[in-house]
Amino acid sequence: MVNAGDMNGSGNLMDFLDEPFPDVGTYEDFHTIDWLREKSRDTDRHRKITSRSKESVWEFIKSLLDAWSGWVVMLLIGLLAGTLAGVIDLAVDWMTDLKEGVCLSAFWYSHEQCCWTSNETTFDDRDKCPQWQKWSELLVSQSEGASAYILNYFLYILWALCFAFLAVSLVRVFAPYACGSGIPEIKTILSGFIIRGYLGKWTLLIKTVTLVLVVSSGLSLGKEGPLVHVACCCGNFFSSLFSKYSKNEGKRREVLSAAAAAGVSVAFGAPIGGVLFSLEEVSYYFPLKTLWRSFFAALVAAFTLRSINPFGNSRLVLFYVEYHTPWYMAELFPFILLGVFGGLWGTLFIRCNIAWCRRRKTTRLGKYPVLEVIVVTAVTAIIAYPNPYTRRSTSELISELFNDCGALESSQLCDYINDPNMTRPVDDIPDRPAGPGVYTAMWQLALALVFKIVVTIFTFGMKIPSGLFIPSMAVGAMAGRMVGIGVEQLAYHHHDWIVFRNWCRPGADCVTPGLYAMVGAAACLGGVTRMTVSLVVIMFELTGGLEYIVPLMAAAVTSKWVADAFGKEGIYEAHIHLNGYPFLDVKDEFTHRTLATDVMRPRRGEAPLSVLTQDSMTVEDVETLIKETDYNGFPVVVSRDSERLIGFAQRRELILAIKNARQRQDGVVSNSVVYFTEDPPELPPNSPHPLKLRRILNLSPFTVTDHTPMETVVDIFRKLGLRQCLVTRSGRLLGIITKKDVLRHMAQMANQDPESIMFN
Amino acid sequence: MAARRGGWARLCLLLAVAALAGLGAEAKNSEDVRCKCICPPYKDHSGHIYNKNVSQKDCDCLHVVEPMPVPGPDVEAYCLRCECKYEERSSVTIKVTIIIYLSILGLLLLYMVYLTLVEPILKRRLFGHSQLIQSDEDIGDHQPFANAHDVLARSRSRANVLNKVEYAQQRWKLQVQEQRKSVFDRHVVLS
Repeated sequence: MVNAGDMNGSGNLMDFLDEPFPDVGTYEDFHTIDWLREKSRDTDRHRKITSRSKESVWEFIKSLLDAWSGWVVMLLIGLLAGTLAGVIDLAVDWMTDLKEGVCLSAFWYSHEQCCWTSNETTFDDRDKCPQWQKWSELLVSQSEGASAYILNYFLYILWALCFAFLAVSLVRVFAPYACGSGIPEIKTILSGFIIRGYLGKWTLLIKTVTLVLVVSSGLSLGKEGPLVHVACCCGNFFSSLFSKYSKNEGKRREVLSAAAAAGVSVAFGAPIGGVLFSLEEVSYYFPLKTLWRSFFAALVAAFTLRSINPFGNSRLVLFYVEYHTPWYMAELFPFILLGVFGGLWGTLFIRCNIAWCRRRKTTRLGKYPVLEVIVVTAVTAIIAYPNPYTRRSTSELISELFNDCGALESSQLCDYINDPNMTRPVDDIPDRPAGPGVYTAMWQLALALVFKIVVTIFTFGMKIPSGLFIPSMAVGAMAGRMVGIGVEQLAYHHHDWIVFRNWCRPGADCVTPGLYAMVGAAACLGGVTRMTVSLVVIMFELTGGLEYIVPLMAAAVTSKWVADAFGKEGIYEAHIHLNGYPFLDVKDEFTHRTLATDVMRPRRGEAPLSVLTQDSMTVEDVETLIKETDYNGFPVVVSRDSERLIGFAQRRELILAIKNARQRQDGVVSNSVVYFTEDPPELPPNSPHPLKLRRILNLSPFTVTDHTPMETVVDIFRKLGLRQCLVTRSGRLLGIITKKDVLRHMAQMANQDPESIMFN
Repeated sequence: MAARRGGWARLCLLLAVAALAGLGAEAKNSEDVRCKCICPPYKDHSGHIYNKNVSQKDCDCLHVVEPMPVPGPDVEAYCLRCECKYEERSSVTIKVTIIIYLSILGLLLLYMVYLTLVEPILKRRLFGHSQLIQSDEDIGDHQPFANAHDVLARSRSRANVLNKVEYAQQRWKLQVQEQRKSVFDRHVVLS
């Protein structure tokens, strides 16, 4: 952030003797904060503490505590975020399996945990044990056959509907802000917007509880985006315990940036990726001090999650990959193809999802949120159950697709025809032809791919917590695995082709389909969110090594290029535009040659600018002006003739100051003169007591001349986080440009609907 | 304060944190540690899975596979194909987490049922006919907390603890109602 130098709103030493107005300095809901004022208030506070610290030992200790409070907040955020992520993982694990059966010895165990201590598991039936029974076994004592299948099917759908209905009811009754992914709104909040209650305690509680319910219900959504929201709620909670952060909205947003990093870190087990995600996707201003603190919070969160150990074996994510087989240069071609697929899928998803969400906003579909959730859950459960790849949770599917096939894998995907006389050890399997199981798996995966692509479009954006990292990765992993198996079988059957001859000898294991799945997942995730560096870092932290960094980068870069060719926005920016949030994106470039005078208000033919004069208006005039207009602030000029600019006064502060003055100060009536100068004006002897409002006046508002190019004006708004900017010519006030005007102008220049910008 | 309501919920979550943090450091159950060896079919022996409670450095085929199904010279070839993994879990953590989660869920469900079904019936019985004349805003407003405005106005006069709690609860209900209007009705925020 550019250092704006010394900025203060109060004028004189004598002003400190006036009574301070309470509530001045807080912001209204759905308004933007004043970044410069917050920064200067923090500088004042720091200077006061530093100067006081020389007075006594106690003040010195207080200054040390103040300096360390930032690190304490990060530590607490990391602990709570890690704990909540661990709780969510354990609960999801259990509830997902609850749809299929129950553990009789201890009902709180999931399928895998239930069979952990059993001695009855055999090599062929590794999942079965007598303590875990499916619902059909429990209810009608049958485990095979048509009636058992139908009963299991029915109960699966019933449990899914039950979870989804509970989730949407809880969201509706207790915390309506808990729905959706949360990342578009957090991006807007971090850029300076205020949404009261969005990061509150009830939102935190309900989001955590309902996230478990919706992920367990089998819907096509993930928990990574909502985990960022949960972590930011933790950040908001802990920062309200320290006055350094609770009273300063700008400092609070530094804490929230770090909390977002901790959220991604526990979602993926990737601390560095989390910090980069916060830097690239979520944060608006990211000073270097925040970088170090974000990393600390992310590490603490990852360490807490590791000590809870939800998946056993100290893994942080279910789909951690452990192999390190090499890849070959000739494989870059299918990797780039996967990148193209990822970019195309990202474009398709963004366009369809935005169209569907727009329909939900504007038509009658939006009036039945609960019914919509139930219908989508029912459709998802009905179609997902028959296909074994969609029946299980999406994280488990990704885990199976990422894993390489050793000699001991029992899934259908690894049903290769083994040579029975093979004597090689476990990890050196030569290439093998595909068995019938693999062919079955291929068409099941193809069906699952189509299903997931379609159903995620309708799921993301419903009135339940929903993320889209996991579904995108699943789509990419399925496509990648299919391509990988295809290339592997092509290499096996045609060793003599020129493309395979150099690097794939007969009997050698050259192609790893699991790697193709990973590359596909990265490509699809990049195509939807348009992440670059953070995506590659997250993926290589998932794989535990730098080996696969080149294929991942190739796919990520290709998918971003292909997707950018169709549209510049990622899914989160698209949702920000859909909702009309006042978010001035740092990635947008403004290249048109308009001037400030083309954008400023009032235009030709409009009413003149509503201004306050420095000492010739009465309280009643000011109140009438406030009542008749709904502007957020008024410029203060010397007089209506000269129109030279003195400063800028905010509407909220005017209202509060006048209200307090009427209640507290003697002699202030409707005819009292309001003055913004240091000394009261000359008044006739019997006039009522004048009201001094210099304290709420901003004496250094930003001004540009009317011939300033809009490129520069947009840059100023972006870099300084301004809310409004005054336009002058030769010192005389001409008009005002607000952030909303800038956004509308940019939308107009890009041929979008300028009326879609809703907030100021 | 509305914070007090959320404060109870926060207290529960912090208790959960404390419980989990304490349990994470507890001594491990002897059942929670194992070494699992999976051995594929070899010659005429079928595949088998072996579990044994050994430490991590003893987790290999020779210590775990007992009784060895193949005679002496074949042991090395058999063991080369086996895959041994050391696994641990914390059953106490799982149990406590699931039970705490279910109790929080149950409490929320009870509170939701109370707010949506029981409270309107109680209030209707208490205030009876005097509330038949509703304001224009409340007609057709079948959502929860529809009477928050009235109760807020009425309860402002008395000032003991119970009424403070009720006042805070009504303020919270108003906030949630506002949020619900923005999100569900006007679709202003959150698409």
